[in-house]
Amino acid sequence: MIDFTPFILSFKLAGLTTVILFVLALPFAWWLSQTESKSKPVFEALTALPIVLPPSVLGFYILVVLSPHSAVGGFFEDLFGLKLVFSFTGLVVASCFYSLPFMVQPLQSGFEALNRHMLEASYLAGKSKLQTLWHVALPNIKPSLITALIITFAHTVGEFGVVLMVGGSIPNETKVASVAIYEMVEVLEYGKAHIYSGIMVGMSFFVLLGVYIFNHQHKKIGIH
Amino acid sequence: MIKVDIKKRLQGSQGLMLLDINLEIEEGSFTVLMGESGSGKTSLLRVLAGLEKAEGKIVVGGQSWQDMPAQKREIGFVFQDYALFENMSVEENLRFVKDDKVLVDKLLSLTELTGLASRNVKGLSGGQKQRVSLCRAMMNKPKLLLMDEPLSSLDEKMREKLQVEIAKLHKAFGTTTIMVSHDAKASYALADRIIVLEQGKVLKDGTKDEILQKVTTLTYCL
Repeated sequence: MIDFTPFILSFKLAGLTTVILFVLALPFAWWLSQTESKSKPVFEALTALPIVLPPSVLGFYILVVLSPHSAVGGFFEDLFGLKLVFSFTGLVVASCFYSLPFMVQPLQSGFEALNRHMLEASYLAGKSKLQTLWHVALPNIKPSLITALIITFAHTVGEFGVVLMVGGSIPNETKVASVAIYEMVEVLEYGKAHIYSGIMVGMSFFVLLGVYIFNHQHKKIGIH
Repeated sequence: MIKVDIKKRLQGSQGLMLLDINLEIEEGSFTVLMGESGSGKTSLLRVLAGLEKAEGKIVVGGQSWQDMPAQKREIGFVFQDYALFENMSVEENLRFVKDDKVLVDKLLSLTELTGLASRNVKGLSGGQKQRVSLCRAMMNKPKLLLMDEPLSSLDEKMREKLQVEIAKLHKAFGTTTIMVSHDAKASYALADRIIVLEQGKVLKDGTKDEILQKVTTLTYCL
């Protein structure tokens, strides 16, 4: 009998990370796309760091920062009783850092590709930057928006290194699908590992296929 | 009365230049800005709209606009590339500015767009898009209507049609209008006053008869 709990945990983690990141990354990506500040490249480089850093490096620093012995980890534990390492909450925080560029970059590219005059027309219609973002900018970057949401979700589901370092492998708490597969291979349970891996491959393929079909259709509608 | 006295450094067609404009524009008038590309026409419109900053002062109906954000200036702006909200229908584009169904119906009827009200703007022709853009610019009953080469991307037939509709709307609403144009024929048909800019300064300023006669010899105008 296959235990699907790791998959449920993976999806829960990916879902929460996607929602939290969307809320946080949307204004940030909008600001990056509109600002002429000299500090913009610094923020862009910081955002892109998780793409190039080895997950072990990222995981190590997140572990250090979230540890109850650090200022941040201690603050959350003392004030809210939140344990941020080797817990599901800690995994969500770590995933938000790890998946940040996958949410920010497509949104920023989408906003930057928008016709600037369209945004100015909204300001001249008396609308604030927030109203313009919500009613004009966001609905006009649908392919980028869908890409950001789906890729962030899929990338978080496939996360391994950071998850293992920050969350360990606690059943029903932090043992997500990728960690479960790693452990199956370690104890030579290749049959189960094949089933889990097959599910991950199939799911990832269909998610990506969905994104490409959506973007292709949207492009066609845009042309005609 | 609209009083404009502004200065702004610009990158013009012949390198760095100073946009230095001192004008008074009568309310309800139709002014056409002409001049070579890079002479500062569009920049002047953008400064008036609050989309770009400049030193000096802009006073409209006794009120200073200099530090007023674009959102509060009650400007109607027609962009050369239409700049319509592509996620919305024709009617939604207009109602996004002001939810006034009566005014929407009036404007769409004046510009013969009533039949297209529920159509998404993406599917419209260039001429139709520019008419929607014109209607949208009129939705907040602007104190000042600014049009940046609204006719330039249209074919001859469409240009004439839109020119008639611009005249119709100007007659119906009496809005003070400033239009950038290279089209001498349309300028002559619409303008009360024509201002020719060169290198950021006013080169000629007068009635359409005075100016168009004078500039007829200049190749850029005709």
